[in-house]
Amino acid sequence: METVLKATGVNKFFYEPEEFHVLKDINFEVEKGEFLTLMGKSGCGKSTLLYLLSTMDTDYKGEIVINNYKVTGRKQNELAAFRNEHIGFVFQFHFLLPEFTALKNVMLPAEKLGKYSRSEIEDRAYEKLKMLDMQDFAKKLSSKLSGGQAQRIAIARALINDPTIIMGDEPTGNLDTTNTQIVFEILKELSGHKGQTIIAVTHDPEFAHKSDRIIEMKDGDIIKQ
Amino acid sequence: MSLIVNLGIAKTHLLSKKRQTLVAMMGVTFGIGMYLLMISFMSGFNEYLEDTLLSATPDIHIYNDIKSDFSRSILDEISDSNEVINIIHHPKPKNITPNIHNPKQIIADIKTFDNVLAVSPQLSSQVFYNNGPVQLNGSINGVNILEEAKLTGLYDKMKTGRIEDLLKVDNGILLGHGLATKLNASVGDLVTLASPQGTSMSFRVVGTFQFGLGTLDNVRSYVSLKSVQQLLGKDNQYITDIDIKMKDYTNAKSLAASFGSKYAYKADDWETANASAMISINIRNVMTIVVSFTLLVVAGFGIYNIMNMTIQNKLKDIAILKAEGFAPNDIMQIFLFQSLTIGFFGAILGLILGYLMSCGVWNLPFPKNEFISITHYPVTFHVRHYVFGIVFGMLTTLIAGLMPSLKAGKIDPVAILRG
Repeated sequence: METVLKATGVNKFFYEPEEFHVLKDINFEVEKGEFLTLMGKSGCGKSTLLYLLSTMDTDYKGEIVINNYKVTGRKQNELAAFRNEHIGFVFQFHFLLPEFTALKNVMLPAEKLGKYSRSEIEDRAYEKLKMLDMQDFAKKLSSKLSGGQAQRIAIARALINDPTIIMGDEPTGNLDTTNTQIVFEILKELSGHKGQTIIAVTHDPEFAHKSDRIIEMKDGDIIKQ
Repeated sequence: MSLIVNLGIAKTHLLSKKRQTLVAMMGVTFGIGMYLLMISFMSGFNEYLEDTLLSATPDIHIYNDIKSDFSRSILDEISDSNEVINIIHHPKPKNITPNIHNPKQIIADIKTFDNVLAVSPQLSSQVFYNNGPVQLNGSINGVNILEEAKLTGLYDKMKTGRIEDLLKVDNGILLGHGLATKLNASVGDLVTLASPQGTSMSFRVVGTFQFGLGTLDNVRSYVSLKSVQQLLGKDNQYITDIDIKMKDYTNAKSLAASFGSKYAYKADDWETANASAMISINIRNVMTIVVSFTLLVVAGFGIYNIMNMTIQNKLKDIAILKAEGFAPNDIMQIFLFQSLTIGFFGAILGLILGYLMSCGVWNLPFPKNEFISITHYPVTFHVRHYVFGIVFGMLTTLIAGLMPSLKAGKIDPVAILRG
């Protein structure tokens, strides 16, 4: 199997309000097409780890390589371009831009990437929306959508550039059982059939146990893989 | 490509919050509108005053300044100053003539200068005007009226009568409008003038003129040079002033100085003659600039505040855009474009508002008074004021928008996304 993400000797400190060693020498690898969940109690450092992997937090020691591209020590602009192409995000809260339609929210990352023409981007966005059964809501303002609908639009947005890795920070944390089930099925489908790697932080043991692999963390250490 | 996407986002932000956008624009609109009103009105007033002063005063005025120092004796010239000291007790001047000697040669010489447009020799004197029971103090100017008309633009200033009649009518007189009103004299009437020496002569009114300045119109009158020489009992070479009009009046100062030293008479340029008026024009200019600048800067602060607020409200959006792969520069562009759009349209509306308000003031009747005769407020419409307004308006919004936009670009998405 092909390794898609590799973290070597990752250490992270918080300095406010006092110095605190959040992540202690983390080493792990993720393979292509894997559905990986990060578990652990609040404050164990799992979210912190996810944001390091996301390339948005650059203040750490150690080395992270994604898709054979060393992201450690890169400039903000390079990292932004890399995220745009290779990483899709789903958060606990959907974070859709309220002034834009659902469709436009999905299209924005692709427009930023600029790999396809406008009409192609629109076709691809519709395709993703159809996959999530949200095509009827395409022209609706995202502020007018319900929580479950918005979260599915957010997933479509994460998928638009066919990223190497989809990262989720408690992607089902705000959803009821039905919607949790739907979102889980979508993610499972993506990793199973489409070969996309998924790394998700979760509190939900049921959600975690249905994934391919669980990394359990405690006090900044990986205690079980 | 990236720029187009960013501009699209900025446009959506602006249009989705129409009221806030409009309020921000109105700040700029009022700032620039009021600036334009201020500067159009102030420069209009200044230009009007300058024009009036320029037509009422010659560019260069050469005259024999009366000296009050009589302590030097002619004996000093012939005695040895090392051995003899001449002291004059109770000096009393006698028969000092204020005229200019050798005027023909001086005038001929002045006319050889390229920059000189017209030269008008004059003989002026204090007189009393008598018409029936009315007695008024004033001045009389004996002139070659055609030369004088070239100097002062007298043709445009005539209220009644014709300038040429002064040449035809024996002992004709052109009266200032204020003076004529006070004397209750109109064209065809006779007025009697008394000189300081006690001689008097009658003149027939052939016309009245109005410069628009009370200080002239209420005291001045024009007659032929010969008439004043006759009134004062002087010969036909006797003149007291030489007025000069130049092609380019901005050079008056240096030329006046050289005339002064060349002919050994006092030579004043128009700026020196109107020093107090020039000072008030300068002060008005400075005030206009200060107030205009303040208005524009206040508009800038309005934009700064609104952009800061917008960015505070959009922290989540900024964080997610960054997560999606928008770089700090993209975020900065999005918000900078918003403030520039507000600035541009606000400034355009401001130009329109300023123009309309200037037109409004232009149509206001000016309160009637004795000193200045204008019917409406003077307002100028200079393209350069409008260009400056839009350039400065854009510049303030650029600076006011740049700081919050740079801040937005530097926002750390992790802190916001983690909640």
